[in-house]
Amino acid sequence: MTKDECKQVVLDIIADIAPDEDLSNVKPEVRLRDQLQLDSMDFLDIVMELRKRHSIEVPEADYQHLASLDSCAEYLTPKFIALAAKG
Amino acid sequence: MNTRNHYDVAIIGAGMSGLAAGIRLAHFGKKVCIFERHNATGGLNSFYSIGGRKFDVGLHALTNFVRPGVKGTPLTKLLRQLRIDRAEFALCEQKQSRVAFGPNGETSLRFTNDFAVFENEVARQFPKEIDGFRALVAAIKTYDDVSLEVAPISARAVVRTYIKDALLEDMLFCPVMYYGSAQEHDMEFGQFVIMFKALFLEGFARPFDGVRVILRVLLEKYRQAGGERRMKCGVRKILSREGRATALVLDSGEEITATHVISSIGAPETERLIGVATDAAPLEAGRLSFVETISILKCQPAALGWGSDTIVFFNDSTRFDYACPGEALDVRSGVICIPNNFDFGPDRQLSDGIFRVTCLARYDQWAPLAEESYQAQKIRCFDNVQRSARRFLPTVSDAALSEATITTDMFTPRTITKFTGHIGGAIYGAPVKHRQGRTPLENVYLCGTDQGFLGIIGAMLSGISMANFHILQKKS
Repeated sequence: MTKDECKQVVLDIIADIAPDEDLSNVKPEVRLRDQLQLDSMDFLDIVMELRKRHSIEVPEADYQHLASLDSCAEYLTPKFIALAAKG
Repeated sequence: MNTRNHYDVAIIGAGMSGLAAGIRLAHFGKKVCIFERHNATGGLNSFYSIGGRKFDVGLHALTNFVRPGVKGTPLTKLLRQLRIDRAEFALCEQKQSRVAFGPNGETSLRFTNDFAVFENEVARQFPKEIDGFRALVAAIKTYDDVSLEVAPISARAVVRTYIKDALLEDMLFCPVMYYGSAQEHDMEFGQFVIMFKALFLEGFARPFDGVRVILRVLLEKYRQAGGERRMKCGVRKILSREGRATALVLDSGEEITATHVISSIGAPETERLIGVATDAAPLEAGRLSFVETISILKCQPAALGWGSDTIVFFNDSTRFDYACPGEALDVRSGVICIPNNFDFGPDRQLSDGIFRVTCLARYDQWAPLAEESYQAQKIRCFDNVQRSARRFLPTVSDAALSEATITTDMFTPRTITKFTGHIGGAIYGAPVKHRQGRTPLENVYLCGTDQGFLGIIGAMLSGISMANFHILQKKS
């Protein structure tokens, strides 16, 4: 899993959670909250979809790492790689 | 534990809130079962057929309507949380509604899904109050109404700090109370805010085919997510040990177990199922109940001159008195709903004309009646209710209305108890709400009307919030 693939995973989840958002121009370095209308219920869903679809656990203390696509990739890519190595 | 009859979550009641909670939980892999005493889903928001004709009950209008692109409101949150595409509800907007006060509706405030219309009406008819009204609206917009931790304050007291004219005050409270207040005379300010936004700042809409469309979408999502449902299968008792529910006893006597229980049947009703002897007094049940008349017409209501109003909230008295009447019925105030007057588009109309009227009623004047007296009282009251309501619509003679009427039906406080299980026919449940949904048992939670989010969108959000808060957000 590359960082770009990881960003796509997150974007795919957001597209399902918030189909009414335009995701064609999401800037990876900008906080998701600042460019999309996502509230705490939506962020909880991102975490839960990561668990459901990819068996990735994000403890509450780490939610801050999901702020932007870049920070998501930094935080999640090693988890995906570790999971793949285990599987 | 993982036997065939063990569930991660058992949900009591397949109304809007129970179904919404079920969808969330099943979507995230919980083994869920909804237990419903009746053969129909929806609780009071349902429909039935008599003689091949479908009648909607409960829902007049879906409140909280916002147009596509408006975000961050209850409707949008609900669609996202349940993964529903808004096209699935295919909502059609109201034409216009009114609050009409005075013996013949002399003072009338029109409103639509465009809030400016309402604001202009207030400015025109209550020029001295408009600044206060605008300040009240600003306060409502910034109030955190979905917080799960709030201290209750009187809505009447808050509104009076902005609005001095008692007539306007009552005209604001009438729709808000009729569409969701379980409390007599006053309501909690947070509840007022929820309803004011839902009715005035957001708006009214309905699917062409009514409430069944919403139920169909919810049932399909729940089924797709893998949720189970057992109909005609009520829960008779919740067994507990050391502060935790250990099993549910079904009407059939069968016992099932669940790690968590979500009850949508009401707080006092859930307390009864638990039946634990505590020193505390039992929870107070609600006293507010309704009758509703429904007339099916062979023409469109517009042909009678009733083509403009979708909903009319009316009151003929000096003050608006939202309370349990001393007698079977109080027709001084009420709500008219003409479902034909949603904007279904130029080429589409409901096949029958429908005229519905809701008024306050007193449960204990209906519940003990023998069948014959009950039917006789229904006929008597039907006429009183319609006669009272018609004062607030363009005049139609008795002969013309009777000529246009194909059939009629009516629900009473007794019907409400039959379909919701609410003690005392309490349409909106108990006066005291439980925002966090807690009960005397640590793994039993409330959702729905007694959790305190109002309207059908509120009911669904309640199910979602409680499923998130008590189950999904907890470490697995």
